[in-house]
Amino acid sequence: MKTIIEGLHKAFESRVRLGIMSALAVNDSLDFTSLREYLEVTDGNLASHLKALEKERFIGVKKTFIDRKPNTRYSMTKEGKKAFEAHLVALEDLIRSQK
Amino acid sequence: MKTEQEYVRDLSEIRSMMERSSKFMSLSGLSGIMAGIYALIGAYIVYRLFYGNQAGIESTGDGQMLQGNITEIFLLAISVLILAIGTAIFLSWKKSQKSGEKLWHSAARRLTFNMTVPLLTGGILIILLLIKGLTEYIAATTLIFYGLALFNASKFTFQELKSLSLIEIGLGLIAFHFTGYELLLWALGFGLMHILYGIYMHLKYEK
Repeated sequence: MKTIIEGLHKAFESRVRLGIMSALAVNDSLDFTSLREYLEVTDGNLASHLKALEKERFIGVKKTFIDRKPNTRYSMTKEGKKAFEAHLVALEDLIRSQK
Repeated sequence: MKTEQEYVRDLSEIRSMMERSSKFMSLSGLSGIMAGIYALIGAYIVYRLFYGNQAGIESTGDGQMLQGNITEIFLLAISVLILAIGTAIFLSWKKSQKSGEKLWHSAARRLTFNMTVPLLTGGILIILLLIKGLTEYIAATTLIFYGLALFNASKFTFQELKSLSLIEIGLGLIAFHFTGYELLLWALGFGLMHILYGIYMHLKYEK
């Protein structure tokens, strides 16, 4: 049981963060607007969760300009992918063990 | 610690988020049926106008070429294409409104982009065939490149699109060999197959 809890990363406790990681797991990169549309959260809320994930080095940020408008794209880092996969395995194990 | 049920919900949300953010699920089966009907009408008009003085579709098997004005056929084909795409966009828009899904998100963009490359290639090839006077291969070329476009698109939407794409490619290759039957095969691929696929998808996902 202890190892399972270890696999569950604290950063993924929040459903918004889990949502961000899920969306980035299947997309090479996504911009802020797309993420906000998928997750249906406010700008501020999303920004703070993104910042937290960035701080964990689970996601990378790339700022570019499209038609002179700033465009921020997020993508999953190798570290983030590893942590997210471990989290998924832990979730599955947890559910299986309680059946 | 969360409860077990919360973890189960986590997992189902991860799954739904992955699907929502990577696949375009607003494609309506009805638009397939409509596209098929337009194609059949178009094929019928071409048949009546340009093969009309022959006994039947079988008699075109002896290597007879289209007799009509190629520009007219071209305009007709473009109209069918615009009608089909217009209907598909309109019905997808309606479906996305009902399900609350955004129509033009990154999955939709990728779907469009992945279809554009084979479709543009096919389009340019058709123009080249026209210039070189190889009109008997045009129908086959539309089938093959449309099939390739669908094959690419199937990664970003319903899996069933893959089977349809392989059928279109197969029909295109057959039409390439049996050029006399191009109109019949084209009607099969763009008309009948679209209608069958549309009905199947409608019954499976929209009931």
